[in-house]
Amino acid sequence: MSSNGKMTLAELHNGEQATVYALQGGHGFIGRMAALGFTPGSTVQMVRNSGSGPIIVQVLDTQIALGRGQAAHVQVRSEASRPEGAS
Amino acid sequence: MSQGRAGIRIALAGQPNVGKSTVFNMLTGLNQHVGNWPGKTVERREGHFEHHGEQVHIVDLPGAYCLTAASPEETVTRDFIIHEQPDVVMAVINAASLERNLYLVAELLALPTPVVLGLNMIDVAQQEGFEVEPRVLQAAIGIPVVPMIAAKGQGVHEFIDVALQVAREGAAEPHRPEIRADHRAVLEGLLTLVAPYVPSPYPADWVTLKLLEGDQEVTELMRDQLPPAVWERVNSVLLTHEDAIIAVASGRYDWIRRMTRAALKRPRAGRITRTQRIDAVATHPFLGLLVLAAVLAVIFGLTYSVGGPMQEWIQMHVVEGLAGWLGTALASGPDWLRGLLVDGVLGGVGTMLTFLPILAIFFASMALLEDVGYMARAAYVMDRFMHAIGLHGKSFMPLFLGFGCNVPAIMGARIIESRRARLITILLAPLVPCAARLAVLTVLAQVFFPDSAMLVTWLLTGLPLVVLAVLGVALNRLVIRGEQAAFIMEMPLYHLPNWRTIAILVWQRLLAFLHKAGTVILSVSVIVWALTVLPTGEIETSYMGIIGYWLEPLGRLMGLGWRPLVAILTSFVAKENAVATLGVLYNAGETASALAPALRAELSPAAGLAFLVTQMLFIPCVSTVAVIKQETGSWKWVFVNVGMLALLALLGGIVAFHVASWVL
Repeated sequence: MSSNGKMTLAELHNGEQATVYALQGGHGFIGRMAALGFTPGSTVQMVRNSGSGPIIVQVLDTQIALGRGQAAHVQVRSEASRPEGAS
Repeated sequence: MSQGRAGIRIALAGQPNVGKSTVFNMLTGLNQHVGNWPGKTVERREGHFEHHGEQVHIVDLPGAYCLTAASPEETVTRDFIIHEQPDVVMAVINAASLERNLYLVAELLALPTPVVLGLNMIDVAQQEGFEVEPRVLQAAIGIPVVPMIAAKGQGVHEFIDVALQVAREGAAEPHRPEIRADHRAVLEGLLTLVAPYVPSPYPADWVTLKLLEGDQEVTELMRDQLPPAVWERVNSVLLTHEDAIIAVASGRYDWIRRMTRAALKRPRAGRITRTQRIDAVATHPFLGLLVLAAVLAVIFGLTYSVGGPMQEWIQMHVVEGLAGWLGTALASGPDWLRGLLVDGVLGGVGTMLTFLPILAIFFASMALLEDVGYMARAAYVMDRFMHAIGLHGKSFMPLFLGFGCNVPAIMGARIIESRRARLITILLAPLVPCAARLAVLTVLAQVFFPDSAMLVTWLLTGLPLVVLAVLGVALNRLVIRGEQAAFIMEMPLYHLPNWRTIAILVWQRLLAFLHKAGTVILSVSVIVWALTVLPTGEIETSYMGIIGYWLEPLGRLMGLGWRPLVAILTSFVAKENAVATLGVLYNAGETASALAPALRAELSPAAGLAFLVTQMLFIPCVSTVAVIKQETGSWKWVFVNVGMLALLALLGGIVAFHVASWVL
């Protein structure tokens, strides 16, 4: 993991929290993600990421399932990165 | 509109999963009409009711997360409010995800129609640990907020009271969201540029905001309206502020935070909710599949234990009863009339009637799973597999129901929001072998391959599924262009089902099937009946027989004579007809042992295999075709589907015949 904690949403581990800092994609994609709560500055928490297939992430008190491709277009900065099982 | 301008006109709006249809059903009961929005495949539900002596017409706008015109649901919602100008918008929001739900409200407040808020599911929110103060929220936003538990009927009455009051008396100016401070000057400048050219009835400040958001529809509208010189200036502003959409969205969330600061108390961190406990299993990559398998087993168990006997009962007592009665009543009448009514008309009606129990079970299962919140979980666990063949996780459930019957599979595809993913799912659904096709396969596999019937049955059940997967990839990559549907899906909180909502939905789906598909099914079964009896009364010398002779050159490519070809053609009315027609044409019964001698005398094992392959891949039955028309809204896709499958069936038969002749 890089030292400043910058990564994509798809790389977050279960239970890990992060702050969104950028969204990549067309207006359609950004508009839709924004409506669900993914805007720069919003806090997200990974609920389920099994390394392949879609992920589930918590944002604005709601759980959202995202395809891995879509999750890779969300840039996040990991907060108090305390992934499950890490010492 | 049939109501004219009389009475009060209300639009019901809300994001998905807020209990909006429960509110709508509660208000209108069965006084509702389901159609389609013009030119769209989005359902348009409207109804009317009387409240304290006042006539109210209400339109249930489709669930939308925002109003960006990225989906037909969003376009329909905003077009309705702008062009048809209802007296008031009743916005339903889910108290358990208040902030996200207020995003749509932020968009609605940018339009001129007054808005009242129904704060729904306060019971579910409490279970999840949220406390919302409706009065504080009302004071903050400056519009009426009514707390509700629509599923229990609480608050709906008050909600409509408040809405009617606002419709009659108007409303005070609410606190509207503003764009983030760093873009305020840009927005002002743009507004001055475009305002003189904004056509009625569009509000100028809304159009300006949508231009900054990069909204395609509004951009095209204004490009046509603005003089070229002004458009040049507007366009250069838009190009330098391409990321303004983020500023607009952030402005809305700033507003939401201000509105909810005092009104919303969240659960303490680390609390594990009911939804989380269920999801620990239901969305687990392995356990989730077991849960899904169990759910499917229950649905199919119900189909066989309840649906099957009901079908038989309807066939025996209703259809055959009617046939017997008609036969006696018309005993002295002309033969052709009896044939037309008993074999033609009743054949079609009977097919539809016997479908009803299975359709009811499938529609009810789908509606129940959707209503309690499980459907999203099924889509989630299956997405990785469906993704491999270019489909969406939500395509799984409808396709799987196809094993029972293709009709609910195609109607069930409505749960897929993306139009493109829904279309591909509909086109592929007939390749899921339905119960009737499998029954034909089981009987005839014993006829042609008595020693390895089981193996042949399994292989030929798998064949169309393999074709489905290959075709799914091909349709996605080559034929139906467009971006593969993004998988972005809310996982709603689990909650108890609302039986009224489910019952109304099942009733409407069944009615739609009988009403819309019924005409097509009836006409086709009468036409096919006429082809098999005209002009001589015997199928051998009928037009259908003649068509069979014409097709013999094609049949020879797969080792088949005219009789098996006619059997496949008559299966268009109902798949099980294939066996019955063979029985008639070979003067044998409809069981494997009765058919075996005659069929095996004419057809080699290779030809038998070709027949079975063709039967498994051939075009769907007329009921399925009628529903494809109903759901895609165009004959074009019906012809694409029928042409594609006819070609596949022919090619499959030819390949099977030659490979088998060479191997066997």
